[in-house]
Amino acid sequence: MNGWRRKGAVIHAGFEQQEAAVLRGLVSQLEDMLTARAEEAPQDELAELTGIRTGPTESPDDPVLSRLLPDFHKLDPDNPSREDIDSVAAMRSLHEPELLDIKVGVAKIVLDTLPRDGGHVRLTEEQADAWLGALNDVRLALGTALDVTEDMPDELPEDDPRAPHLGVYHWLTWVQETLIQALTG
Amino acid sequence: MSTPVASEQTQVEPAGAEVAESDTPWRTVVWNDPVNLMSYVTYVFQKLFGYSRDHATKLMLDVHQKGKAIVSSGSKEKVETDVAKLHAAGLWATMEQPS
Repeated sequence: MNGWRRKGAVIHAGFEQQEAAVLRGLVSQLEDMLTARAEEAPQDELAELTGIRTGPTESPDDPVLSRLLPDFHKLDPDNPSREDIDSVAAMRSLHEPELLDIKVGVAKIVLDTLPRDGGHVRLTEEQADAWLGALNDVRLALGTALDVTEDMPDELPEDDPRAPHLGVYHWLTWVQETLIQALTG
Repeated sequence: MSTPVASEQTQVEPAGAEVAESDTPWRTVVWNDPVNLMSYVTYVFQKLFGYSRDHATKLMLDVHQKGKAIVSSGSKEKVETDVAKLHAAGLWATMEQPS
């Protein structure tokens, strides 16, 4: 992988087999987590009749999912108002199904356009935007799992169990950065 | 942060104040986080809100340096839609109505 480039309307990059395997693995895992969350949504007859889907009212317990599916209000940690608590629940229930659809949708576009064995990926601008969102979601997931901080070093001490995974995180950062450059340059 | 003074004020407001309060514009807040790239946040502000590169960059720097920035405001429905779009892009956004 030498970074994304633009040629006319096409955004393109080459992926080694191992790079494709790592990225496909991460995107598939995330897709599975999001799909599982979507399947937890309450099913009711009224929703089937009206076609208006309702999602869960509670934030996910899992920190990765919770970062990908944030609350609509910042609650006062010490003394959240009843109004805010109710509103957070109502807005999550209303918006989460669509948010999950969008995130699963961009993940699928990556899986559809990135060959299993690696190779050249050629994207339209619309597909490139989907890739950008999916790469960001995967970095958010990995960053949350690794407890990444703003002043995270390039490498962690060898005895840190996160050390091998941080390399993948930094690689994803670079892939995303070059995609933004290709899109905006 | 809520303070006892503020809650006392709320209690003594005349009944008509509630109507006026609901007209106060809502605002969309984006919070700093350690993962989202500065270039990505700028790109998202341009793409979602049609802001110029300069304005988007200024808002991104506010998020980065001050911890948060107000990126749009308006009716509750508009701001709710903006927050939903920002969540789809992976930014940490919330909505609030200043009291």
